[in-house]
Amino acid sequence: MKQIISFPHMANYSIPIKSYIQNILPKAEVLLPPPQSVRALDIGARHSPESVCLPFKYNLGNYIEALDMGANFLMTAGGGCRYGLYGEVHEQILRDLGYEFTFFNLLGDTNKTNVIQVYKNLKAHNPRLSARALAYYSLLAFRTIQFMDEVDVYIRRNIGLEKQKSDFDKTYKQFLNDIQNIKGFRALKKLKRVYTRRLLSIPLDESKDVIKVGLIGELYSLMEPFANLFLERELAKYNISLTRYTNLSYLLTKRRRHIQRYIDGSGGFVKYHLGADGTKSVEKSISMAKNNYAGIIHLKAFGCTPEINAIPSLINVSNQHKIPIMYLSFDTQTSKTGLKTRVEAFADMLQAKQLSASI
Amino acid sequence: MKNNLHDNSNSDYSNNNSTTNDNSYYLGLDIGSISTKGVLIDSGGAIVRSEYIWTEGNPINAAKEVVVSLLGGSLQGTENLGERADFNVVGVGTTGSARKLVGAMLNADIVKNEITAHALGTLSHYPDAKTIIEIGGQDSKIILLDNGLVVDYAMNTLCAAGTGSFLSSQAKRLGVEVEKFGDVALNSTSPATIAARCTVFAESDLVHKAQMGYRKEDIIAGLCIAVATNYLNNLAKGKKIKPPIVFQGGVSKNAGVIKAFEDALGAKIHVHDKGHLMGAYGVAALCIKKKVNKPFNKNLLNQQFNSSSTNCTICPNACPLVNIYRNNTLLDTYGKRCE
Repeated sequence: MKQIISFPHMANYSIPIKSYIQNILPKAEVLLPPPQSVRALDIGARHSPESVCLPFKYNLGNYIEALDMGANFLMTAGGGCRYGLYGEVHEQILRDLGYEFTFFNLLGDTNKTNVIQVYKNLKAHNPRLSARALAYYSLLAFRTIQFMDEVDVYIRRNIGLEKQKSDFDKTYKQFLNDIQNIKGFRALKKLKRVYTRRLLSIPLDESKDVIKVGLIGELYSLMEPFANLFLERELAKYNISLTRYTNLSYLLTKRRRHIQRYIDGSGGFVKYHLGADGTKSVEKSISMAKNNYAGIIHLKAFGCTPEINAIPSLINVSNQHKIPIMYLSFDTQTSKTGLKTRVEAFADMLQAKQLSASI
Repeated sequence: MKNNLHDNSNSDYSNNNSTTNDNSYYLGLDIGSISTKGVLIDSGGAIVRSEYIWTEGNPINAAKEVVVSLLGGSLQGTENLGERADFNVVGVGTTGSARKLVGAMLNADIVKNEITAHALGTLSHYPDAKTIIEIGGQDSKIILLDNGLVVDYAMNTLCAAGTGSFLSSQAKRLGVEVEKFGDVALNSTSPATIAARCTVFAESDLVHKAQMGYRKEDIIAGLCIAVATNYLNNLAKGKKIKPPIVFQGGVSKNAGVIKAFEDALGAKIHVHDKGHLMGAYGVAALCIKKKVNKPFNKNLLNQQFNSSSTNCTICPNACPLVNIYRNNTLLDTYGKRCE
């Protein structure tokens, strides 16, 4: 039987990951779940334990929609916090629902990023996969993701200042379309050149007073715009220049290696690692405060333990550095009204402060 | 007007009209989940008239009724209001959870979130306020100010514990009118301890204490303390509450909660007798600040406003949409998450 592979959505990373899987497992077909939607969340929440964190519900919804469309091979990555146990529980729930599929945890049972283990795991599904090919395509996927993240960072910083509304949105849509066809490093290089130029040529309104706001917190709420009710888009309406350090490039490289650095940079508030990205939230809040950010928004899925661990330290950072921090928790609520009220008030507050400081 | 609470303060008219000769007036409306507040101010910022009624789940009607009353008519006489009202309204602002709906209906000049509106309104009465405690029907807020600027705020997110609706449901359970809650609480000499962590715990604790034979005033005083404790432990957690402290929102009318806050914080709590109007006042004042000058079309009040809700069919998200109609023509649609 032909393998029809699927995996859950997160932001737009399904595009490079799909190409990657097609490259290393060429005999299989990759089927993406339908785009993130309220329906996926509803289905996921219905079959999830009520108190589990939000990404679990979205992931489960994505799996079920993919299975219903014919997928028979589901992938997960594992690692981090509770996320490390998502795979086992997802698999059990889906089996109880009567689905038949192969479940593949990229990191295996070890829950550690171990290159040799990943290679062994993949080899079981594609015996002809050479270590060299795996290295080549892994690097290609990684570089593609890195460039996507660079583009994101640039857009996030500048979209609030665009002169012509939806300039960035239009370019970004074309960009997502074009990265689907990246087959090698040469094509990637060309794409980088083209889009760097295009993005830099989008006219910005330099006369606007920019307000610098940082986003910190739990990764899924930060990275999946659907889960945070398109918070970044909402903020862009108020001349806000956003910074967010959490993205897939960060997760793949710095996350594990920089833990000690984050503890050292947490102003003495954190003595040991808080789990997942909690320590980093504290460290980034301090560095943002020192770099004259006007405000910080802390996002988490409701009940996210590492980020709850970080909050007492964040309160201290807020008091010590006189920087307002707004805390947002996301669960299965889908109304944007409350979010809009809070964001508008936050922007009003930062604007008024900036105005009075400049007089 | 049967659901007029207590504040049809038309008497202000004669007192304050002398502050300015300018014949321009500004309308501010705060349409909350439980009550709808409205003020009419003159260009000097003095409150000329105010109105406070229950929203009763019908924000369009409540807003209309408030505006008609502010402009000097009664709902029955709406047809002729255009000629009768002699206030030259040149700016309209809305705030509160139905600000968008009513803003579309009245063609408002300013539609502002309630946090900013409350801060502005309060600052114009207490310019040196440092902390605003706000407890309304469904939500609670803390706003920290410094030199007349909002420097930090928080608003309850997932839980409505310790808000006005909790107090009124418990009042019903105890058979005491919620308006009398505060005075009953002040009679207590040894308040009962009520778990403040969560309304569900609080309620079962309350039932338990009642069945044990605690006196009613002690239970009510305990509830008032629970509201203040809950607020300070959850919403205000980690925030530096500095005096002068201003307390507003519907719950600020409750003397028991005021006392609980004063005991807990060891500072005087200021409650303005027009504290419930601060949001409405804030948006009206913002109209002056932003130099809004667009004559209000009073005929809007004679028109029929309806709303309907549908689900969008463009994508699988099926966002719930609200359509607003004026005389059966579509005025505005909102609710799409892709907007």
